[in-house]
Amino acid sequence: MKRVSLMLALLFALSLSSAAQNVTLLNVSYDPTRELYQDYNAAFARYWKAKSGQTVNIQQSHGGSSKQARAVIDGLEADVVTLALAYDIDAISERAHLLPANWQSRLPNNSSPYTSTIIFLVRKGNPKQIKDWDDLVRPGIAIITPNPKTSGGARWNYLGAWGYAFKKNGGDENKAKEFMSKLYKNVPVLDSGARGATTTFVERGMGDVLIAWENEVLLGAKDLGQDKFDIVVPSISILCEPTVSLVDKVADKKGTRAVAQAYLEYLYSPEGQEIAAKRYYRPRSEAVARKYGNQFPKVKLFTLAEIIGDWQKTNKIHFADGGLFDQIYQPQ
Amino acid sequence: MAASISLHLIGSAQLAARARVATSESRLVRWTLIFVAFLFLVFFLFMPLAIVFTSALSKGLSTYFAAFREPDALSAIRLTLLAAGIAVPLNLIFGIAASWAIAKFDFLGKSLLVTLIDLPFSVSPVVSGLIYVLLFGLQGLLGPWLAAHDIKIIFAVPGIVLATIFVTFPFVARELIPLIQAQGIEEEEAALTLGASGWQTFWRVTLPNIKWGLLYGVILCNARAMGEFGAVSVVSGHIRGRTNTMPLHIEILYNEYQFQAAFAVASLLALLALVTLIAKSAVEWKAKQENSQPHGRDLTPDHQGFLL
Repeated sequence: MKRVSLMLALLFALSLSSAAQNVTLLNVSYDPTRELYQDYNAAFARYWKAKSGQTVNIQQSHGGSSKQARAVIDGLEADVVTLALAYDIDAISERAHLLPANWQSRLPNNSSPYTSTIIFLVRKGNPKQIKDWDDLVRPGIAIITPNPKTSGGARWNYLGAWGYAFKKNGGDENKAKEFMSKLYKNVPVLDSGARGATTTFVERGMGDVLIAWENEVLLGAKDLGQDKFDIVVPSISILCEPTVSLVDKVADKKGTRAVAQAYLEYLYSPEGQEIAAKRYYRPRSEAVARKYGNQFPKVKLFTLAEIIGDWQKTNKIHFADGGLFDQIYQPQ
Repeated sequence: MAASISLHLIGSAQLAARARVATSESRLVRWTLIFVAFLFLVFFLFMPLAIVFTSALSKGLSTYFAAFREPDALSAIRLTLLAAGIAVPLNLIFGIAASWAIAKFDFLGKSLLVTLIDLPFSVSPVVSGLIYVLLFGLQGLLGPWLAAHDIKIIFAVPGIVLATIFVTFPFVARELIPLIQAQGIEEEEAALTLGASGWQTFWRVTLPNIKWGLLYGVILCNARAMGEFGAVSVVSGHIRGRTNTMPLHIEILYNEYQFQAAFAVASLLALLALVTLIAKSAVEWKAKQENSQPHGRDLTPDHQGFLL
């Protein structure tokens, strides 16, 4: 009996001392960043061990961006969130008050350490001759894109198409709306997340064209066989800015603020930027961007601010209940 | 006793006669029906099962086993076993208590209790999960209090166990209630008049009478506990290596283009289903054998069809 209690005391002491040396972070992220953070977490753990002597263990949770934000609001204890768009982090700030409203000004580049854009993936040889956004609204084209209500990537897809139509028609919103309505008539199914849509297109063989994150397309084309698909880059597309933030209240409660902050800042370091580039995210650092320049197709990019404004406004007009998306999309 | 056996014999003779009448259809009709049933089985049962195993083994045995050596897979298997390991015994205790109370006693609100036990069958698993989010989530009813006391329920192991208990709630009780009801209370009364205590009565009289039905309920309960996806998905938070059960891990692998690994883990669940099926048949067979002994009670589990 005595021996058992001694052992227990020893175990307890051990676990205490290792608690001081070990720290665990939870990064709640969106769908296509799985491979990126797998690499980045290993690199950051090395960096942090060398810098502070602490062993950091980073846990990951992935899913549709808005769904993930919802989970954090409901109490999923994320030290950091790395989501597809600023609006989802705004929602965490607004509804659960876990981080300040000005979170986006706390890190460089509006808290967006890497960017991406929206391009197309088509079947090998491009049998339907899809070359630009215009071709998507032709009758008889089946488009695979996820649901903008639940997926961050899907919102960027939507906004890429909107931006094209808006610019092409010289800012005529009614014409842009007509274009969007035609486009979503060609969508046979809305998956809930970007990864699900990719699987629908690639594995289940549905659709003529997949609208998706550039990083997802480049990675998918590599993983799933270049002999089956062609990448199509439209004439113009949107600059997507996935954002990251510390979740202040959770980090303070767990006592992980310092390491969580460092985790986000290291994303902007040369090593962090290089890992992002390797996983097909467009780096912010110009030096790294030059190094990986060949990997990214040349495409003229416009920003959300140019076509609509900020995310609050965008959401209100386009994605809120009864908004433009609800008006144009009728499930078949 | 003798009367009940002869009644039973007459009953089966009638049944056999009726079966002969029922098969007086033309040979064509019979064969067509058998063929349709067979085709249905092949397409909806054997083919998916075969696909699971062939996909799992598509890259050879070594990659098949590598899928289980991965830390995330091991943790998913551990969590699944833990959730089932807690949910099944709790449901066992609850099931015996509830069915005992319902079958042997009359009390106020009895029919309400029977209805409530069935609730998890009629509610979609997703809703069962959301109930816990609404209750224990940070914005939920008890969330702020739990957060203040640093108690984690949802997006942690307790939430997964709770959701599992909820969806498997009816299995044992539903299995036992008709069984105990059919037995009546004479044997217990006899035991009590002979001076047995309540506990002795339960242990020596009731339990031996219900053991096969009980085992059957436990097997089904366990299968569901390990296979549950919907409710657990809602409360899991999908943290790798921490809150993913086997079904959730399979989904993640599939979404990461690791189709072979996904099917390898799926094959483990499929194996579990097969073991369940075999155990279930063994229990049924054993129960029937015991019943056919002259002094056995009539426990032929007719009612068990309702679950299938």
